[in-house]
Amino acid sequence: MAHEHKLAIFRGLLKFKSNTQKIWGVLVFLCIVTAVEVVLGIIKPEVLLHNTFLGMKLLNWIFIILTLVKAYYIAWDFMHLRDEKTALRRAIVWTPIFLVAYLVFILLFEADYVYNVYKDGFVTWNF
Amino acid sequence: MDSTVATGSEENVWGGGNRPLGASYGKLMMWFFLVSDALTFSGLLAAYGFSRFKFIETWPIADQVFTHVPFVHGNFPMIYVALMTLILIISSVTMVLAVDAGHNMKKNAVIWYMFLTIIGGAIFVGSQAWEWGTFIKGDFGAVETKGGRILQFVNSETGERAAIADFASTIESERVNHEKRNGIWYYDGAELPSYSLNEVVAGFKANRSIVIRTEQILPNIEKLKASDNPKDLAKVARLEKDVANISGEGEKAILTREASESKLNDAVQVVEGANLIQNEYGSRLFADFFFFITGFHGFHVTSGVVINMIIFFNVILGTYEKRGHYEMVEKVGLYWHFVDLVWVFVFTFFYLV
Repeated sequence: MAHEHKLAIFRGLLKFKSNTQKIWGVLVFLCIVTAVEVVLGIIKPEVLLHNTFLGMKLLNWIFIILTLVKAYYIAWDFMHLRDEKTALRRAIVWTPIFLVAYLVFILLFEADYVYNVYKDGFVTWNF
Repeated sequence: MDSTVATGSEENVWGGGNRPLGASYGKLMMWFFLVSDALTFSGLLAAYGFSRFKFIETWPIADQVFTHVPFVHGNFPMIYVALMTLILIISSVTMVLAVDAGHNMKKNAVIWYMFLTIIGGAIFVGSQAWEWGTFIKGDFGAVETKGGRILQFVNSETGERAAIADFASTIESERVNHEKRNGIWYYDGAELPSYSLNEVVAGFKANRSIVIRTEQILPNIEKLKASDNPKDLAKVARLEKDVANISGEGEKAILTREASESKLNDAVQVVEGANLIQNEYGSRLFADFFFFITGFHGFHVTSGVVINMIIFFNVILGTYEKRGHYEMVEKVGLYWHFVDLVWVFVFTFFYLV
């Protein structure tokens, strides 16, 4: 299979000579991201714990964004989405993103409402 | 090259020669499956998020649940699961190297990389089994109240968790486990915990330094004090009366000795470890989702290992060498990377966030 591989990552910032080299490069990057996550998870810097954005701790935002970054590189370089046609890539990526964003939005809002019912309503559940 | 061959057609648009996605049938179907599987996992994780937001003030803190590393004693939150993540990512790398070797028709390289991938997957599944075992066994034990809330014990002098086995007194009594054969045939009594509630309560009374840690995560008390809502102010008064570590925002509330004594009156049973019905670490739903989601993922890894083995033997037999291409390796590779991808999310939402 004479597939052509695109060998640059970080929008062309880092170019590799061969596909194998690119794979190792991505591994190093994923390991660094995981290490950062673990270190942050152990240290838990106060600044990131006590400041929130959209009702969630900054630390959790960082974790979620780093996770999406990792997911991007796994899908793009390990699953070769970078080499697929744009149409296929978009069909694969945007379908779940749209549906999941929608579902998560609805469920988390509803859950927050239920939380408030438990908190302020006439329901005893902590006994 | 592809498994579907358009026979007799001219390679023009109306003759079936149009390939808008530029991928073979098999690969497209694998992607089709992966997208739907991704939605399944997303549904499970979203349901987990729902339950967590619903019980946001009492959800267990992962750092206090997964603290063990095999063969090592001590408190090491996150270390082992980070290692598992690393193993899975590395097995993903060997898989993609196998795919790459397949593109270059290097049979021996494919064999070796597939072999390493299978080993990595097996280590991961084994680690997960160990993780489950540790979680099911539990470590300190706790008591459960009428409302299904969990009360854990802390030594107020050292500030460390106290295991019920360490302070519970032994009371001589007959404790009979209800079994199917000596009772109602369709009803099997739950296994008895190592200590009865009476023994735990007696041990608690005898040991003045033991206090209770509740499930509640402490709010920012200063912010609550500044509130106009009378309910918030009542909450502040309640917390100031009962809680010893009142300024520890984000920590689980540790009660004073007096509050602990009265709280223990609510206890109805002893809980050791976690299962689908009880969970000594806190909310039962946490254990339920943990078992379901990591179990579903572990099932994927297991089937991935099995499929990898089938392809591995096919490679050894030279099936793909004869076929002229290694696209099957690429297709199982997609599945394997997907399993890795899902784990990245499970790792974040169960262990980090």
